[in-house]
Amino acid sequence: MSAPMVHARGVRKHYGKLEVLKGIDLTVERGQVCCLLGPSGSGKSTFLRCINHLEKVDGGRLAVDGHLVGYRRHGNRLHELREQEVAQRRREIGMVFQRFNLFPHMTALENVMEAPVRVSGVGRAEAHKTAQRLLDRVGLGDRAAHYPAHLSGGQQQRVAIARALAMKPKLMLFDEPTSALDPELVGDVLDVMRQLASDGMTMVVVTHEIGFAREVGDTAVFMDEGVVVEAGDPKRVLVQPEQERTRAFLAKVL
Amino acid sequence: MTTTTACTGTPPKDHAAPEDLAVVPVRHYGRWIAAVVAFAALIGLVGSLAKNHNLHWDVVRHYLFAGLIFDGLATTLWLTAAAMAIGLGLGTLIAVMRLSTSPVLYGLGTLFVWVFRGTPLLVQIIFWGYAAALYKYVMIGIPFTDITFFRAETNSLLTPAIAALLALGLNEAAYTSEIVRAGIQSVDTGQTEAAHSLGMRPALTMRRVVLPQAMRVIIPPLGNETINMLKMTALVSVISAHDLMSNIQDVYAQNYQVIPMLVVASLWYLALVTLLSIPQAWLERRYGRGASRAGHLSPLQRMLAGSARTSTKKSKNSDNSKEADR
Repeated sequence: MSAPMVHARGVRKHYGKLEVLKGIDLTVERGQVCCLLGPSGSGKSTFLRCINHLEKVDGGRLAVDGHLVGYRRHGNRLHELREQEVAQRRREIGMVFQRFNLFPHMTALENVMEAPVRVSGVGRAEAHKTAQRLLDRVGLGDRAAHYPAHLSGGQQQRVAIARALAMKPKLMLFDEPTSALDPELVGDVLDVMRQLASDGMTMVVVTHEIGFAREVGDTAVFMDEGVVVEAGDPKRVLVQPEQERTRAFLAKVL
Repeated sequence: MTTTTACTGTPPKDHAAPEDLAVVPVRHYGRWIAAVVAFAALIGLVGSLAKNHNLHWDVVRHYLFAGLIFDGLATTLWLTAAAMAIGLGLGTLIAVMRLSTSPVLYGLGTLFVWVFRGTPLLVQIIFWGYAAALYKYVMIGIPFTDITFFRAETNSLLTPAIAALLALGLNEAAYTSEIVRAGIQSVDTGQTEAAHSLGMRPALTMRRVVLPQAMRVIIPPLGNETINMLKMTALVSVISAHDLMSNIQDVYAQNYQVIPMLVVASLWYLALVTLLSIPQAWLERRYGRGASRAGHLSPLQRMLAGSARTSTKKSKNSDNSKEADR
């Protein structure tokens, strides 16, 4: 029995006096899709960013694939990881951002090739082939030479997914991937994510797409004010929630 | 087409269709008069200069391509290039220091900028020129011990040219660091996060993701700085570093032809500044890739293209107009 992909126990985070995460318990098994839902300011994006150490956890334990995030265990002590070790761990975790964050000075293909070539030391020819295949997979093979400014939001987000996949991650994090998109472009991005889920990728998705969470998610986690209010089978949590807060939220978004 | 005619409502009463009517642009009479007056004034000024015997065009002609002037030009050029290289290298380092989370690095960077931006360049040039009066020897060793690895007389190391280079380079670094810092800060933090999430380390992120984007903001003021530097090298004539201006001064100290010699200097500075704006335009285009559509055009193309550009762009984008909504 291997460790779960993401294992959080009592994870806390505060900015100054403001407590953003007040003890999050959450487990994501391998191959599962976990959808984080909740009103803005509930801490779901912060928690997601803790998983790949873009934010530092202030309390509790958070482990990815059995390794504590940001620390190395040495006997009875925890040593904070050095820059290069943090970077090493992040290679295995892909992240997709709300505002795409493609590198604007590189073409779609160069965006996807950048990390494999510069970080993993893959040869250019091989990286080029992989990148082209990934762009084909997200339906943008013919846009490889375009700069991000010449792509629509939906196309940019799909390039961003291809870019994250190029590092062959074992876990993918999605931070509201469709929130910045025009409604008619959301579908293409969700299709790619659905495909990824059915290929067996472990995914943590912060989203407002209730339909996607219900259909693709293995678990749905409802967060509010820095705590997990309710978690479990999306068909139950998002259809017949037990908690009043979940019900109130769903009534607003549906 | 049918919808537009429907929208205009009642058709015009005149018999001619709107597209057959002649268009009369607004006539700017005031502007024309101003242009004629300004042009006449310019001709008058040039004419009076050309006829002025005190200007001694023969002296200008004699010295414009003199060997002495070319020697000075060579010094001015390498001094500009080397000082800018020091300025850019050290300036980038200081910019990174000032953006560092370490209070010591931040403090040292800030101190450097404070000192070298806060004192006149002329003072700094003279200071380095006379540094031997402060330290007779330059020694590198371990402080508070007798161990030295290197020892030399300050005067033999700090020739006027080296002193000039140090003064200009260090001063430039203070200014460049602020330009680079502004450039780095102009890049969205999401770019750094995206790079980090791909496993790129901070140094690699800076080199591959942040700096190339910062360049777009950095290059125009840096072009300014380079042009400024070219002219500021004239200041090093105070420690006779044998730049263009030093040599010009040497000549007019002997023949008293101050104005003609200054004309020679001005013509050369103007020529060099004009040449310098070419690589700047090229660099702006290079780092503008992907940022703006105009970034792919040279300045000349941009001036000539005008409205033609927009129409070609439209046709280029029409194939993906379904999705490209920006």
